[in-house]
Amino acid sequence: MVAFAVVQWSAFVTAPLKRRAQAKNMPETLPENTNAPDPAGPQSGTKRHPNAPLWIGFLVSVFAFLSYIPIFVKYPVTRDMPWASFLIFAIGLLFLFLGLRRAFRQPTVYRGKVAGPILTTLSVAALVFFCFTIFSLGKHLPASTQAPRVGQKAPDFALADTNGRTVSLATLLSAPAASHPTKGVLLIFYRGYW
Amino acid sequence: MQDFEKLGVKVAAISVDSPSESQDLCRKAGYTYTFLSDPDAEAIRRYDLLHRGAGVKGHDIARPAEFLVDSSGTIRWINLTDDLRVRARPDQMLQAASALASE
Repeated sequence: MVAFAVVQWSAFVTAPLKRRAQAKNMPETLPENTNAPDPAGPQSGTKRHPNAPLWIGFLVSVFAFLSYIPIFVKYPVTRDMPWASFLIFAIGLLFLFLGLRRAFRQPTVYRGKVAGPILTTLSVAALVFFCFTIFSLGKHLPASTQAPRVGQKAPDFALADTNGRTVSLATLLSAPAASHPTKGVLLIFYRGYW
Repeated sequence: MQDFEKLGVKVAAISVDSPSESQDLCRKAGYTYTFLSDPDAEAIRRYDLLHRGAGVKGHDIARPAEFLVDSSGTIRWINLTDDLRVRARPDQMLQAASALASE
C-alpha cells in the first residue's frame, strides 16, 4: 500500500518536471519511472491516479445510511428529522461530485469514469431508500379509532403469562404489587418479535 | 420498574409473542414485570391496536400503545404514538402513574 502511494506520488511529482525538461530540449536528469510496477494492472498503459474522492464519497454515504440506527435513533433531535444523517449524505455526495468531475475532466490523469457513476448511483439509491424508510414506513400505523378512551372501562382479557398461568385484568388489579395494594396497572402493548 | 411498584402500579407487557418467547426476552433483558401472550391478538383487537401484516412474515401484531388502568378498571391515561420511532418515555409513564397513585 505504501509502495503504491510512493510510486503514484513520485510519478505525480516528476511528470511536470519531465514536461518542462522536454520543452527546453534539455536532457532528462531525473530517472524514468518505467521500471516501477504498474499496480493498476496490464490494461492501463498510462499511470492514472486512483480517484480518492469517489471512494471517500461512497464510503461516507454508506456510513450515513448505516449509522442512523446504531447512533442517531437514540436521540430524538437527530431521529425525527435526521438532519445529521442528511448532512453526512451531503458530504458524501459532494466528494462523489468532485471525484466525478476529476474523472471526466481529466480522464488521462484520474481514473473513475466507470467506477464513478456506479458509486454515485449506489450512494443516491442509498439516500433515496433512507428517505423512504424514514418518512413513509414510520407513519403507517393503523388509526386505532375504536381504542378505549380515558374514562372508559378497560376491556378485559385472559392471557397466559410466561409461566403459563392465565392472567386477567381483574387478577392484575387485585393482586398487590410488591407490598402495596394495587393502585392500577400499566398495560404496555408492544409489537413483539424482539 | 421498581418505581412503578413503589407507586403501587403493576406493569404488564402484552404482545403476540408466545410465553416462551417472552420468557427469553425477559431473561435476556432482565425485566421483572409480567409478560402476557396474546398470540391470537384477542386483547389487542379489543383495544383496537391491531396492526395487520406488520409483523415478520406478515403476521398481525399490536401497534405500540400504553394504557394506565386504575383499580376500578377505568382507563386513566393513554399513549398512542403516531410514529413508530417515538415511544412514550419512561418518565412520561411514571408521571402518569404517580398522578394516579397520589389519588
